[in-house]
Amino acid sequence: MKWDGKNFFADRDVQLILGTLLRVGVITSMAVVFLGGVIYLMSSHADLVDYRAFDAGKSGMSSIVAIYQGVLHMDGAAIIQFGTLLLIFTPVARVVFSIFSFLIERDYLYVVIGLLVLVVILISLSNKLVG
Amino acid sequence: MSVLLFTIVVLLGAFLAGLVGSMTGLGGGVIIIPLLTLVLGVDIHYAIGASIISVIATSSGSAAAYVKEGITNIRLGMFLEIATTISAIFGAVITVYINPSYIAIVFGMILLFSAAMMIRKKVDRSDNDTSGKIALWLRLNGTYPVDGSIKKYAVHNVVGGFMMMFVAGIISGLLGIGSGALKVIAMDNIMRIPFRVSTTTSNFMMGVTAAASAVVYFHRGQIDPGIAMPVTIGVLIGSTLGAKILLRTKPDKLKVVFAVVVTFLALQMIYNGMAGRL
Repeated sequence: MKWDGKNFFADRDVQLILGTLLRVGVITSMAVVFLGGVIYLMSSHADLVDYRAFDAGKSGMSSIVAIYQGVLHMDGAAIIQFGTLLLIFTPVARVVFSIFSFLIERDYLYVVIGLLVLVVILISLSNKLVG
Repeated sequence: MSVLLFTIVVLLGAFLAGLVGSMTGLGGGVIIIPLLTLVLGVDIHYAIGASIISVIATSSGSAAAYVKEGITNIRLGMFLEIATTISAIFGAVITVYINPSYIAIVFGMILLFSAAMMIRKKVDRSDNDTSGKIALWLRLNGTYPVDGSIKKYAVHNVVGGFMMMFVAGIISGLLGIGSGALKVIAMDNIMRIPFRVSTTTSNFMMGVTAAASAVVYFHRGQIDPGIAMPVTIGVLIGSTLGAKILLRTKPDKLKVVFAVVVTFLALQMIYNGMAGRL
């Protein structure tokens, strides 16, 4: 009965760190999104919105380079997108952390499972999928 | 509509969606998408992009609390994430090749199904019969705390549950929702694990699943900062408050009222999809 012995307590530590990691990730990214939102509203609150038809290039904020340039100029929309990216990478960071904790526990089966999940996400990072 | 007015309306709508979504267990996405498309005339692809971001925020936020309590089965979650991430990316890739009308119709049907699942009486079929070979090999059988003591449970039909997660992942990637209803079915009815474990583990998996498809949406420009900002902030505040209220009340009556509202939204989505208006 491995699962109610030593491993359970090892898992408990992992659970505490995992929980903290997720919470810090959400709070940080939401703070960035909020800051970006305030700047965005101050500069363009009177503009008119038009989201009736999907236009892939409209926001101009779908590449890391564009977002980086925008953040340097304190552009509100770019800061929102930066916060959104931080949020997207919060669960990914959780997967990376889990892989290391399974490695410390010498649970190699789950190291492989974690790596598989990570590889799938890395594949999605390639923009060739979008077409 | 000006940016300021749009932001305020979406913020309020997303707050309500998050509040009711967390109190009923449906999640914010299934409410914010009809709101954006039917009421504000937003293109469904933008609505999906904004919704998936709110799914990451709410699921990571609540997973943080559940994980610390030791209810979540992390091994089971990680294993099933192989299925949900692959299929979520697949769903996110194909979503733009599908006519928005069909997406609206599929969305309406998932909404109807979720409403039915919400009011149905749940039967706990969990036990501690640890004879499943795959579950034993993957060390999926686990424990969870009940009233101060530790209870053991076994995981059944791992293959069936894994296949069902493929379906849940495709729906999640296609529609930009967490598809918690499908995940919980896979775990409650097929793998037969206790409710508290299945809901928290489904929630735990949702963040990674949503992140996988969110990256595809991001590249495609479906995540517009002007929509994603009020949606994410509104849903997160609403669902955090909803979870606090849930600790003190049992929202059985609210669920029935809400099932009616969701059914109405679902029929609207299906009708507008068929009429080709979305």
